[in-house]
Amino acid sequence: MSLPTTREWQIAVGGLIVLIGVALVPFFGSGYVLSLTVNIAMYTVLCTAWAMFSGPTHYISLATAAFFGIGTYAVGLGLETLPFPVLVLVAGACAAALAAVVGIATLRLSGVYFVIFTLGLAELVKQVVTWWQTNFTTSVGLYVFTDFREQHILWMLLGLAALVFITSWAISRSKLGFAMRIIGNDETVAKHVGIDTARAKVLLFVISGAFIGMVGAILAPRFAYVEPPSAFNTMISFQVVIMALLGGTNRIWGPLVGVIPFTILMDQMTAYFPNHTPIVIGLAFLAIVYVLPHGVTGLMADLGKLRKRFKLVAANAGEGA
Amino acid sequence: MSIIITGLLLGGAYALIAVGLTLQYGVARIMNLANGENLVLACFCTFWLFSTLAINPILGILIVAPAAFALNWAIYSYALRPLVKRARTRGALEVDSILATFGLLFVFQGVMILTFGGGYYSYNFLRVPFAIFGENYALNRVVAFGAAVAVAIALYVFLYRTRYGTAIRAVAVSPESAQLVAINVPRTSAFAFALGGGLTAAAGALLSTFYTFDASMGVIFTMKALIIVIMGGVGDVRGAVLAALLIGLTETAVSSLIDPGLTVAANYALFMLVLLVRPQGIFGRSNA
Repeated sequence: MSLPTTREWQIAVGGLIVLIGVALVPFFGSGYVLSLTVNIAMYTVLCTAWAMFSGPTHYISLATAAFFGIGTYAVGLGLETLPFPVLVLVAGACAAALAAVVGIATLRLSGVYFVIFTLGLAELVKQVVTWWQTNFTTSVGLYVFTDFREQHILWMLLGLAALVFITSWAISRSKLGFAMRIIGNDETVAKHVGIDTARAKVLLFVISGAFIGMVGAILAPRFAYVEPPSAFNTMISFQVVIMALLGGTNRIWGPLVGVIPFTILMDQMTAYFPNHTPIVIGLAFLAIVYVLPHGVTGLMADLGKLRKRFKLVAANAGEGA
Repeated sequence: MSIIITGLLLGGAYALIAVGLTLQYGVARIMNLANGENLVLACFCTFWLFSTLAINPILGILIVAPAAFALNWAIYSYALRPLVKRARTRGALEVDSILATFGLLFVFQGVMILTFGGGYYSYNFLRVPFAIFGENYALNRVVAFGAAVAVAIALYVFLYRTRYGTAIRAVAVSPESAQLVAINVPRTSAFAFALGGGLTAAAGALLSTFYTFDASMGVIFTMKALIIVIMGGVGDVRGAVLAALLIGLTETAVSSLIDPGLTVAANYALFMLVLLVRPQGIFGRSNA
């Protein structure tokens, strides 16, 4: 690994300034703006963590809700025995463990098995948790009472966001990231040059799952009362896929471009047209496939290339004249 | 004994859904995640035909299945064929078709929620006891199973005893080679996709006679059907039928012996087993 370039330093400093700016929102914005900012921060971390795995591999993971819910439950169950920061780490470890099981079972095989497995994963974990709570504990649901308020959740999320971006960047420069790019381009080639493809994929899926679990843990105090249907909300999985792909996964900050507009749109939809949300989600998926197959950042990159070509053509024409 | 019979009766409807999906994925190469919505739509249409025009649900299949056939043909030709054309590899087509059918899933679901609301539906059709080996079962389940068997036999004869059926199986094995023996692959793919949709709709019509349905239950059925398809081996109709009966049995056994809330867990346990022991499916041949 070489040292970061000047350009990367510039991006890092710019990112830090944005983070600090967002961290100041609680002092100026209204309650509504603050809660919207928390949502945006939450989806930013979720989508970036999702894209870490699904971007290079092109495997559509729908396990987000399962990891998120496990993180939330880890906090609900351990709140009385362990301090909160430790619980966040425990949540990450639990989600990572689940990711490892799913990954080892499916990622040795073709991508379809993986998608199918993750499709019902949240439902599976939800059923098991509900069954276990109704049979072995006194109530279905847990109270999460903490002293944290919206701004504390926001600050924790921003810290995690910084961590996700740095991890993503470090991976993309490491041997693992290089291996993933080869796997994404052609898995057979990757196997032939001696990459343990299954191991690389499982490892990346575990890292991505751990981050999602930690987001669930940080968000737990916001729920106050955690029960299976709200913790394992499958819509989170689908929304993360849409936002990440709308933005594009070929840049680390790509998902962000999708997160901000779509979070605001969804917020308005659930407030004014709750029954129309599925249609909007469906249209968003169709738009991704038919209009923006590489996301907004991909489109911008294509346009950039096109403009360069035009300039070249214009320059050549000028020389000829 | 009652678990085995209830399980088999449930497995009959699952078999039709899974056979529909295996045709769509195995022949047309489209991973159709909106298949469950197709099923739910058929449930609602059968219910609507029964409650407003008093059309018998079993006869309703004759209306619902051809309608679904036409709808799926249109979906394939207008929405999915462009994806097949632009896909450079099988993997790229898989990602595109998964995302596109997610889109269809939510659009269908949204339209159904707007039309019928989010409530639960069921209706009264042949809700009378019927004795098998001295124990009583609901007649509507038995009739639905009988109808499913009839449809499955008709399909088997079509696929294995007619020229067009053989062409469909040829495309499932290898689209490139099928072209060499003068099979119109795009047309056959569209036909298989539409046929799969029609079969799923038939399953929906049968399911609605004994099952309480709602607009958002489609995903669970898609997932079950997918697990069945993988268990049976992709594109393998006989494997799908056997796997469906197995899933029906395990689900019924788990829900009556342990807890009715653990059916998805039961599906996953079987799925895990298949992935670890025989990822190519019960009848599938190993590629490696």
